[in-house]
Amino acid sequence: MGLFIAQILTGLANAGALFMVASGLSLIFGVTRVVNFAHGSFYMLGAYVGYSLMQVLPGMVGFWGAILLAGIIVGLIGVIVEICVLRPVYSAPELFQLVATFGVILVIQDLALMIWGPQDLLGPRAPGLKGVIRIMGEPVPQYDIALIVITPFVAFGLWYLITKTRVGTLVRAATQDREMVSALGVNQAWLFTGVFFLGCALAGLGGALQLPKGGADLLMDFTILGSVFVVVVIGGMGSLPGAYLAAVIISVLNVFGVTYAPQSTLVLMFVVMVIVLMFRPFGLLGKEEIAGEHGQVGEPERPIKPAGNRVRWLVAAGLLILGLLPFYSGNFAVVLVTDIMIFCLFAASLHFMLGQGGLVSFGHAAFFGGGAYAAALFVTYANTPMELALVLAPICAGLAAIVIGWVCLRSTGVYFAMLTLAFGQLLWSLAFQWGDVTGGDDGLVNIWPSDWASDNDIYYYLAFVLCIGGILLLRQAAHAPFGYAMRAARDSARQAEAMGINTKRIQWVAFTFAGIMAGLAGGLFVFSKGSIFPNELETARSFDALIVVFLGGVKTLSGGWVGAAFFEGIKDYLTRFEYWRLALGLSIIIVVILGPEGIVGSLRKAGERFGILKVPEDAK
Amino acid sequence: MLEVKDVNSFYGKAHVLNDLNFSVDAGTVVALLGRNGAGKTTTMKSIMQLVRPRSGTVTYKGQNITSWPSHKVARNGLGYVPEERRIFTQLTVLENLEVGRQPPRDGCTTWTDDMVFDLFPNLAERRNNRGKALSGGEQQMLTIARTLMGNPAFILLDEPSEGIAPVIVEQMARVILQLKSEGLTVLLSEQNLHFAQAVADGVVIIEHGTQKFVGTLPELQAHPEIRDQYLSV
Repeated sequence: MGLFIAQILTGLANAGALFMVASGLSLIFGVTRVVNFAHGSFYMLGAYVGYSLMQVLPGMVGFWGAILLAGIIVGLIGVIVEICVLRPVYSAPELFQLVATFGVILVIQDLALMIWGPQDLLGPRAPGLKGVIRIMGEPVPQYDIALIVITPFVAFGLWYLITKTRVGTLVRAATQDREMVSALGVNQAWLFTGVFFLGCALAGLGGALQLPKGGADLLMDFTILGSVFVVVVIGGMGSLPGAYLAAVIISVLNVFGVTYAPQSTLVLMFVVMVIVLMFRPFGLLGKEEIAGEHGQVGEPERPIKPAGNRVRWLVAAGLLILGLLPFYSGNFAVVLVTDIMIFCLFAASLHFMLGQGGLVSFGHAAFFGGGAYAAALFVTYANTPMELALVLAPICAGLAAIVIGWVCLRSTGVYFAMLTLAFGQLLWSLAFQWGDVTGGDDGLVNIWPSDWASDNDIYYYLAFVLCIGGILLLRQAAHAPFGYAMRAARDSARQAEAMGINTKRIQWVAFTFAGIMAGLAGGLFVFSKGSIFPNELETARSFDALIVVFLGGVKTLSGGWVGAAFFEGIKDYLTRFEYWRLALGLSIIIVVILGPEGIVGSLRKAGERFGILKVPEDAK
Repeated sequence: MLEVKDVNSFYGKAHVLNDLNFSVDAGTVVALLGRNGAGKTTTMKSIMQLVRPRSGTVTYKGQNITSWPSHKVARNGLGYVPEERRIFTQLTVLENLEVGRQPPRDGCTTWTDDMVFDLFPNLAERRNNRGKALSGGEQQMLTIARTLMGNPAFILLDEPSEGIAPVIVEQMARVILQLKSEGLTVLLSEQNLHFAQAVADGVVIIEHGTQKFVGTLPELQAHPEIRDQYLSV
């Protein structure tokens, strides 16, 4: 009994930081409609800044002062980010803002590395609260008790601010109808900045508060992001009490998980989330999100047309050059281009459902890594030959996509995105924690192609046929009536429904198709590398794909593979720099602000300007 | 007081307003008439800068307000009452009023909660109800009340009579006349000619975003053919 209570108390204490980060994310989303991916980074900054301040500020006052100051400083950093990065892109489609905040993550990661170095920092303990107290014989750290007491005060203060003050009223009004608030004389820009300050300050506060329990390290940003998304989704986007409730549930669950089922702690969290969403698609205390109620933003997309003859010749020539590659270049290039083609197929599959279907997935790596793991598991445990494994990989990924798609597509917009992220994390946790089967962190090795294909050149041709074939198939689907239906569902779900299109089913099929193609890419990947590790399932991998799709050009038909080819091509060169993340992050932000059409869109524009491409009649 | 000059507005590539030219004198009520889709709401939004005119100017009290941010337009005394009763449904009546509240302005009535409740007694009883619990007519009253809290000198009323009960339409007409008697200038968009006739001094008729008639109410009444051609009566 004592242990039980002690564990509940630990869970409650852990809920504090989680709640603060989640409520900040939820607030920012509510008003600005930006899912701030960099929120984990602000949490990390809070820990680092708090750590540095605690080194200089002495005693009990210094400790708590440092935490408070860390919150304020992180809030101000958030303001800088909001003004410099987000203001220019508020009118752009959602995805652009996401990608911009992703750029911020990379920048902050490298800045933190520069300032605080790569080693983990051990958080100082709170002066005066270093001991434990015994509750029914079980030791409970005094600091935990302090956190349990503090968190409700923060929650109450926040609740008071939002529901009882003028600023809070304006924030709630803006959550519902920004344009109207502005027409009533409220300066939206500063309201946004203010909310961003508050949200980031909360994240910073959370980061600093957990210092005595967890310290500071460079992985904190992504580690917390998964949990925060789960909390926000379970609690309901925009609901403060919901965020608190969900933070408590998740934290308590984690503590019990560590004790009774240490192999499944990560999985548990996502299982709870899925169960909650089955019964309450908008979270425990959330309200329905109505996406795009005030119309589409940005330029309308151009209708998709089959490529003209000139482009076809260009593609044919490109394919010929690619096809003859083993004849005129060395082994290194052959292996590199194999990797590039595989990544292109992966990116093209994401681009298909994202560009054509408007389904922004944050967890597409689930199908890439899922396909790869499926193939590897068959080879390892059933001695399946490569040929069969390459068929089974997309099938397994497709089956996973059917199940995951069924759950995720019950939600739309940001809930959908977070659900896909959560499922990605779920599969990752499975691969990572189910060591007996998946090898855990050590991965699965010795997955080699059949003898006939073991030569790099032969494998190159295999990948060539399957990847190019896959990309062409995806393209074909976009031109087929199915593609029309997808775009109809994307642009106006309700009108599409009224025309007799079963939009959910269309999206489900598209999701599955994208999953199958990603699975095929994963299968090819595992035989090309000979091994598979959990990091192929990581959220970071999903983001890689998202970013190349974005940089290639979301609103174009070939943006996915072009972006993938470009970045996989220069990655090798880029990663040689010490601070390549900083460089990449900054370039992402610059592209978002200055060239949102991406590579393909910009090339098309240039081509049209110089008369190489014809400008379509309806775009004049 | 307000001058719209050569205004052209677009939605993407669609040309919605075509060289609009009219002005509203201080202390008058001007009705902007036209059928559904004629461009009345876009005209309102173009004045508020919620839609940015691609060319032309909007001048208010001698100041060129074109391409100002909307909140700045509002803070200069232009109050906007949108159509479709865009109240904040999750907020209570009092909170809705709070969002509209602005500091007092020279030469304008400084509105308080009690004053708008005097004007709309129905709202007084429902002050702590959420917006979504109000009836259509009450929501329409709330949009006007909310805008009044900004102490405007000029209000843009977008189709105030649309979709509400006749008895409340009458009440709206009385309110508009009362506001006019207190010195407010009003630009009102309407499809309902009877309603406009009850309150307006001047009339602007638009069709397909193009201005077809500008004049006083008696002038329009003297030309029933114009009325028959451009308005569905």
